[in-house]
Amino acid sequence: MEDLDSRAGQALAEIDKTDTLDALDALRVSLLGKSGIVTAALKVLGTLSPEERKTRGAEVNRVKERLSDALGARKQVLEQAELDRRLASEKLDISMPGRNGERGGIHPITRALERIAAIFARLGYQRADGPEIEDDWHNFEALNFPPHHPARAMHDTFYFGDGRLLRTHTSPVQIRSMKGRQPPIRIIAPGKVYRSDSDQTHSPMFHQIEGLLVDETSSFADLKGTLAEFVRAFFERDFEMRFRPSYFPFTEPSAEVDIRWDAEDGSTRWLEVLGCGMVHPNVLKNCGIDPERYTGFAFGLGVERFAMLRYGVSDLRAFFENDLRFLKQFA
Amino acid sequence: MKFSENWLRHHVPTNASRGELAATLTAIGLEVEDVTALGEALDGVIVARIVSARKHPEADRLQVCEVDTGNGVVQIVCGAPNARAGLIAPLAMVGAQLPGGIAIKAAKLRGVESSGMLCSAKELGIDPDASGLLELPADAPVGMPLATYIGLPDATIEIKLTPNRADCFCVRGIAFDVAAALDGNVIPLDAEPVPAQSDATMKVSLEAGARVPRFTGRVIDNVNATVQTPVWMAERLRRSGLRPVSFLVDVTQYVMLELGQPMHAFDKDTLEGEIVVRPARKGESLALLDGRTVELDEDFLVVSDSRGGRAVHAVALGGIMGGLDTRVTNATSNVFLEAAHWIPSAIIGRSRKLGMFTDAAHRFERGVDPQLPGIAVEYATRLILDIAGGVAGPLIDVTLSEHLHAPKPIVLRRTRLARVLGLTVADGEVVRIFTALGMKLEPLDDGWRVTAPSRRFDIEREEDLIEEVARIHGYENIPTHTPAGALALVTEPEARLNELALREQLAAREYHEAVNLAFVSHTLLEKWSFTEQLVPLANPLSADLAVMRPSLLPGLIQALSHNRARQQDRVRLFEMGRVFHECGSLHKSPTIPGRTPQTSNIPPVETPSLAIVSAGHARAEQWGEAARPLDFFDLKGDLDALIAWGGEPQRWAAHADGLPGWLHPGRAARVTRDGETVGYLGALHPRLAKELDLSPDVHVLELALDPLLGRRLPKALPVQRFPSVRRDIAVDVPEQVSWSQIEQAVRATLGTTLAELRLFDRYSGKGVEAGRKSLAMGLILQDASRTLTDDDADCCVRNVVSALEAGCEAKLRG
Repeated sequence: MEDLDSRAGQALAEIDKTDTLDALDALRVSLLGKSGIVTAALKVLGTLSPEERKTRGAEVNRVKERLSDALGARKQVLEQAELDRRLASEKLDISMPGRNGERGGIHPITRALERIAAIFARLGYQRADGPEIEDDWHNFEALNFPPHHPARAMHDTFYFGDGRLLRTHTSPVQIRSMKGRQPPIRIIAPGKVYRSDSDQTHSPMFHQIEGLLVDETSSFADLKGTLAEFVRAFFERDFEMRFRPSYFPFTEPSAEVDIRWDAEDGSTRWLEVLGCGMVHPNVLKNCGIDPERYTGFAFGLGVERFAMLRYGVSDLRAFFENDLRFLKQFA
Repeated sequence: MKFSENWLRHHVPTNASRGELAATLTAIGLEVEDVTALGEALDGVIVARIVSARKHPEADRLQVCEVDTGNGVVQIVCGAPNARAGLIAPLAMVGAQLPGGIAIKAAKLRGVESSGMLCSAKELGIDPDASGLLELPADAPVGMPLATYIGLPDATIEIKLTPNRADCFCVRGIAFDVAAALDGNVIPLDAEPVPAQSDATMKVSLEAGARVPRFTGRVIDNVNATVQTPVWMAERLRRSGLRPVSFLVDVTQYVMLELGQPMHAFDKDTLEGEIVVRPARKGESLALLDGRTVELDEDFLVVSDSRGGRAVHAVALGGIMGGLDTRVTNATSNVFLEAAHWIPSAIIGRSRKLGMFTDAAHRFERGVDPQLPGIAVEYATRLILDIAGGVAGPLIDVTLSEHLHAPKPIVLRRTRLARVLGLTVADGEVVRIFTALGMKLEPLDDGWRVTAPSRRFDIEREEDLIEEVARIHGYENIPTHTPAGALALVTEPEARLNELALREQLAAREYHEAVNLAFVSHTLLEKWSFTEQLVPLANPLSADLAVMRPSLLPGLIQALSHNRARQQDRVRLFEMGRVFHECGSLHKSPTIPGRTPQTSNIPPVETPSLAIVSAGHARAEQWGEAARPLDFFDLKGDLDALIAWGGEPQRWAAHADGLPGWLHPGRAARVTRDGETVGYLGALHPRLAKELDLSPDVHVLELALDPLLGRRLPKALPVQRFPSVRRDIAVDVPEQVSWSQIEQAVRATLGTTLAELRLFDRYSGKGVEAGRKSLAMGLILQDASRTLTDDDADCCVRNVVSALEAGCEAKLRG
């Protein structure tokens, strides 16, 4: 018995000194294994009287427990140390760039256009579209531009050999949307339009958004309210706004809308951003809508102008050069 | 339209400041574009007279002048070529500060004392003319401050007129609007008929029907054509942007600017016989005032006399410009004044056709008050008689009244006014506005019956009256309100992808969106061999922008080149836009653009499309992966991802045949959906790449957009309960056997047991016979009703192998 106790005391010291898991396992086998000292001590039990066997058995089991606990504790320590070592060797330079993190981007015109369309979609305006190659009737005549009207001269029009033309504004979509249906109508028509004019501030192709609302109650006051809300929603700020009387053959009364814009040098100026007005009764009639029962308003805006103001683009031509150094700023 | 502020104030007196006046004009729809202050700093500048002028002893170009200031004589050294004894000119005295910032001090010029400066119009800031001293009339009061004498300070105001406001092409037209807005009054015009002092007249006949319904005129004999235009008249013209020419011309310009009626003065002695107004004859030519000779046709109108026979000889181009031979000159003594009414449709586009722009044509194109010609002639006669003398004959007035526009009364309903504006305007304000605008008004139970003055021929219907009330009452006084009307809920179809979402997908796959102009050049299209069904513009801006794009690729490749020329090696761009094709069956009949539109029944086809161009490495340069050049399968992978998004890949297929000439014949594919060709992808043909100066790694894709946006509405099936089994096989097949042939054979053999087929290796070279390739694939097998056994799986593999051996000349490997 003394022998087992002293062996156990020795073994406990050895366990504490063991510094690899393999050595620890070998030690475990020599202590608790088939030919270990504990097994040997247990084998002796059979030769003892029942009383002795009882006390002796309890003592052997205690020793076995102590050794087993000590082995387990030491194993945990060594495992933790080994994990720490491995983790230390597995450290990455996490400042290096990740794989395939590149991204393209959508064009600033699309970005502004979609933002505008989304604002009106929340107000219940449905998206509409029409052809870019239009006929004279939809682009002019139905919009109350009689032949030879001076307002036509203000639209520098591209023509085709058969008399068709490239739409000079998105307003023909008004006609296409109203024909064959009855109010209430709320549509928004974004798209490309064309004028034969090209210089620093004019592109022969540009983008417009047309809006149209026709119902039984709308008034010029509603038009003012709608556009004021839109401008605030788009720029996320309040502006001083001014509605100026103007002229479009397809609306009356007509207005141009200016906002008070703060330039970067601290000065402020009026900036025209929208054209609008109450839908002309002739236009409603051309579309089979009774102008006595229904009134409506329409507005049109240049997407490039809004994109320039919103994103600080100073040169219109940059939009159509497709220089990646420009495009990447809008990703 | 430019005019002098003081001139306007002369017609409509107001206490409003210049800023308030400008703000008012803009607020009523006469948008002020520019205000140029004139004569702001002319203190110390007086009217002076040069008493004597002698040569400077030391300088050839200078003269030493003795100048009478009305308060003694000073000595001035002057370099102006027109400085001479007797000339009356402005003198800036010592202490004066000129607009350019020049402070006048006593000085010695080349050793001679000079006590001030004689000035040109430019130095005074009143006109760009710097050719010499501003010459003042002989009767100008010496010693008077110049500003007092010529009516300064003043300002030139420039307004932008909308096409409906032709009545505001003159000072008095603007005055009526200002009076209405500022609650003021327009001073009545003094245009009393001038009694005839002789019976000198011209016989006038109108032979152009409705196109010229009125012609008025007057003969004035013994006029002094050389009289100097009075300073007040010359200054008003100058400040309104017109240069004084000679008195008789200036009078006609002055009346046009003040009243709005373009006029012409003929030298009566150059006219023969009677005057006939008629359409021009085809091929007829006419030498105009500006020295140009123009060839005319029946579209133009002319004033003719009887030289060579009645109505034979044209002497003026109607509504546009007078003739050269019959113009007034300094030698003129007998004048024939003319003011006619040419209707807009008879003038519109005519001067542009001749490549000219005249103030007269500009006004007649938009319309002039038909009642104005007679008034203008009387007003001009009075000015001429007062300033240049002469003996006036009777007023000539030939009118085809059946063709003359007469204003019709229009009813304005009170309720309609309130409904359109969203505001109830008080009756008193409505009455005040219409009265101030010169309208006649008759109250009705539910509104008013309104008759516009003849100058406001733009007022034709109730809405026009509503606009007048809104404009003058002020848009800023209309409330701001949010629409409360009925609203239909907009449904978005789920079985269709959103274009914005598609753009975002492409952005996520490292493509940047480009926007190109929709026109390209014929030359570029020829390089690509796009020559069929093109839609060319009739009036392109330039040859570079002559044809509507039949494909997005030529433009997008140009954008790619642009970037590659700017150190961008890896360029990935996409564009979404329409491409244009002529309908095959269209019979084309060329016509003059914009004139007589003959729209055929079949419009060109516009196809919304998506294009991608890509060049450079497959991946952005990176430390973690080996660099690899982009190839066909990178682009095909992008397409596969887009197709997968729609959820119906089985409807799509790629074909190696039927490729367009601009693609590499071996590294490109035709894409079909439900068997219909919807686009192409692949490497550019090396020949085209070389011609466009591109490296061979450029890959492109173009597809019709609509098929891509189709999306399957999901219909859920139960998830398979039984596990799948995988078997891998490798076969070697001849090079020309395509993967899709193998895929079809495998699918046909296994039917629904094949859950998935994965190609995981392709190899040719050592170990594989030349002309053959090895393909390794994984068969994922599954049954809906039971777990497949090893025997089942082995049987499947055997069947597949024999099918491939039979149909694809395959040999099973190892």
